[in-house]
Amino acid sequence: MTTLLEMNAIRKAFNGVAALSGASIAIERGEVHALIGQNGAGKSTMIKVLTGVYHRDGGTILFNGAESVLTTPREAQATGIATIYQELNLVPLRSVTENVMLGYEPKRLGTFINWREAHRRTREILMRFGIDIDVKMPLGSYSTAIQQLVAIARAVSLDAKLVIMDEPTSSLDASEVKVLFGVVRGLRDAGVSVLYVSHFLDELFEICDRVTTMRDGQTVGCVKLAETTKLELIAGMLGRDPDEIAQAGMTEFGGGAAKQGEVLLTAQDIATGPRLSKFDMTLHRGEIVGLGGLLGAGRTEAARALFGVDALTRGKITLKGAGAPNSPAEAIRAGLGFLTEDRKAEGIIPGMSVRENLTLALLPKLTRNGQIDRARERQLVQKYIDALGIKTADMEQPIRELSGGNQQKVLLARWLANEPDILILDEPTRGVDVGAKREIQMIIRDYVDRGFGVVLISSEFEELVEGADRIVVLNEGRSIGELKNPGITEHKLVQALAHTDEVTA
Amino acid sequence: MLNSDAFDLRKYVSRNSQSVAVWIALFALIAFGLLRYDNFGGAYNVSSFLNYNSMFIVISMGMCFVIITGGIDLSVGSVAAFTSVVAAYLSPYGLEVALPLAVLVGVAFGALNAFCIIVLRIPPFIATLATMLGAKGGALVISGASTIAVDWGSNFTRMGMEKVFNLFPWSIVIVAIVGVFLWIILETTSLGRTILAIGGGEDASTLMGLKVNRAKALVYLISGGCAGLAGVILASGFGAGQPLEGIAWELSAIASVVVGGTLLTGGLGSIPATVAGALLLGLVFNILNFENGRGTISFSAYWQMVIRGGFLFAVILFQSRMTKGRKAKGATA
Ligand SMILES: Nc1ncnc2c1ncn2[C@@H]1O[C@H](COP(=O)(O)OP(=O)(O)OP(=O)(O)O)[C@@H](O)[C@H]1O
Ligand SMILES: [Mg+2]
Repeated sequence: MTTLLEMNAIRKAFNGVAALSGASIAIERGEVHALIGQNGAGKSTMIKVLTGVYHRDGGTILFNGAESVLTTPREAQATGIATIYQELNLVPLRSVTENVMLGYEPKRLGTFINWREAHRRTREILMRFGIDIDVKMPLGSYSTAIQQLVAIARAVSLDAKLVIMDEPTSSLDASEVKVLFGVVRGLRDAGVSVLYVSHFLDELFEICDRVTTMRDGQTVGCVKLAETTKLELIAGMLGRDPDEIAQAGMTEFGGGAAKQGEVLLTAQDIATGPRLSKFDMTLHRGEIVGLGGLLGAGRTEAARALFGVDALTRGKITLKGAGAPNSPAEAIRAGLGFLTEDRKAEGIIPGMSVRENLTLALLPKLTRNGQIDRARERQLVQKYIDALGIKTADMEQPIRELSGGNQQKVLLARWLANEPDILILDEPTRGVDVGAKREIQMIIRDYVDRGFGVVLISSEFEELVEGADRIVVLNEGRSIGELKNPGITEHKLVQALAHTDEVTA
Repeated sequence: MLNSDAFDLRKYVSRNSQSVAVWIALFALIAFGLLRYDNFGGAYNVSSFLNYNSMFIVISMGMCFVIITGGIDLSVGSVAAFTSVVAAYLSPYGLEVALPLAVLVGVAFGALNAFCIIVLRIPPFIATLATMLGAKGGALVISGASTIAVDWGSNFTRMGMEKVFNLFPWSIVIVAIVGVFLWIILETTSLGRTILAIGGGEDASTLMGLKVNRAKALVYLISGGCAGLAGVILASGFGAGQPLEGIAWELSAIASVVVGGTLLTGGLGSIPATVAGALLLGLVFNILNFENGRGTISFSAYWQMVIRGGFLFAVILFQSRMTKGRKAKGATA
């Protein structure tokens, strides 16, 4: 008996709308198994049915040779299923140690938490991920990437038979992904199975053995990765013909075509602290400027400086010929927008509807004679739902019920609808599926073609290289060069990053 | 402090900045009182101050647990009034009977709250508001709307009258023991950490596999038990069950908890700081009484309330100033 988990013909509906309608998956012992599908295909729901967060309407689950009747995440953990959920299941106010150890704290006399030991173990676990931080600080004081790694570390430390990772790499950079892969291989070698959900198909070929593809709540296939191609996977996810997709091609989107308009924004020799010590850039109308660099290179800090979050300690920002904003509120009034990398902090209001979340910042513009123009509001919301392909039952559905990728699309739509002159996008396609990613890239291009400017931050080199007209390369808080499209390749970008020492010296 | 490998005051302060303000204010006020009034540090003032405030300290500690989970318990004042009547009726059987049974009655009210909140999924504000009205009415019904004298012949009144070292009334000693117990639970047990985690993110805690419902229920039981104990102290200290007392106690308790740096939204909080908050609020009254006693200026009871409100505001303002830096983003990009 080598099969660890078998989920068969799983059905699950929310308020009469089917999220899963006969989905199946089988995972072998010691296998790294990928699960892919478009946003809203039902991947996260499948996982939550398995771990007892949701109760299935039908179907069978066999885990470790026995019928599984889990009803709470706690029971799932006890039977050996450790899960990193897509929406990070952590408590930012509490310390790193607590977040790793909660529920499994080392005890003295069977009652009192042995904090010294808890901190030591946490440090040791995090060391496996190459993280060396003060574990007593609140988790929320660290970056999204660190928080994600902490969530992974917790799950891995639970001594499970099956570790589930729902988009674990969405906030990680290349080097961190490498560390994660090392850990995943370690798990596999120890006979632990891993269920791996990701929209980065290249990753799958590197780390996974088999892949199950889902579409619209059903399983459409399961193959060995060694016996398939990326194109076939995409075709399976979208339910289209591989040739058709190959033809549609990867061409329509490309930087360098932009006609540069007037200068919108310049940053001259600005600094805000140790993590942004020297940064220069210029943005014209009709242009997408990318910020390239590794994690900690200062990309987010640069964005924060432009948006008036962090005060300048040196240098000068000129915005449409006028001075720089001193606060985000001023920045917004001056025509700036900033989609931050942290979805939760960015202000999804979970209980409010898709419509309300989308038009929150827009209400002044939609108001006529003190009344909100409902018809126009609905029209506008529908336009973005269609344009971005947001999968929602209807626009009144609470946003928390949307799949992760679809929540991200709503946030992006919120800013696009606001039409700021300058839109700063920090990881705009995080958690978005391959199909929608292209759509979004096209929408961004469309946006700048209408005369706006976009600053694009992305850890995906491909997205930068294809999307940006120019890329400002950052390293350790300094802008060290600029690449211009057409002509940028991933190779050139990597080289620019690698040769930082020579350039800065 | 308890969770530090080696104690480093600077780090401790930076991690606990939200509760530093209350300690500074408390010590400043004590120093002020000691310097300005002759009898402020005298045995009489200290012991009567502690006896009276032990009730508020104990309900504040229960409230602290509830607020840490992101909940609220508005019923504590009414429950204390109810249990003071229960304790008065039971006083002939002695403290050893009256005390545990009255506390148990408080716990029962807590269980009612927990049932409404967890099983029936009624929001804590509404559920405990209903219990507040119910307990208040209940107290009036069982007492016939009048105070119920305790049995002075039994040992019941010793709780408020007899003092350890001639200074500490039994009421504060019992409350102190309860406080240390609650402090240990919060800081050193899984239950305590679960309670803190729930306030920081209930969904996340569930997904982490923590026993969320159990912890939430316990918190209301603890708060009910604390209110029950406050009722016993009330009855023994005043020699009678007081069905009409307890009005707005929940508000003082909430104020103590908040002044102590506990977030109203939950996830962060401390028992010692809550005690300091309760002492601080009590001290403001105590000092105003002394000030009136000097005869130079005289504040009416109404003005005392205004002054206390203003003082509370000042401390909270100071506290939010101190914590500002902490909320700003830290560490790596
Ligand atoms: N709690 C819920 N209530 C109502 N509908 C829900 C709920 N959770 C998920 N859904 C719906 O179920 C469908 C599947 O969602 P799921 O989160 O499983 O998608 P996913 O494959 O994980 O997508 P993504 O790649 O964007 O994370 C979506 O249409 C979503 O709107
Ligand atoms: Mg998902």
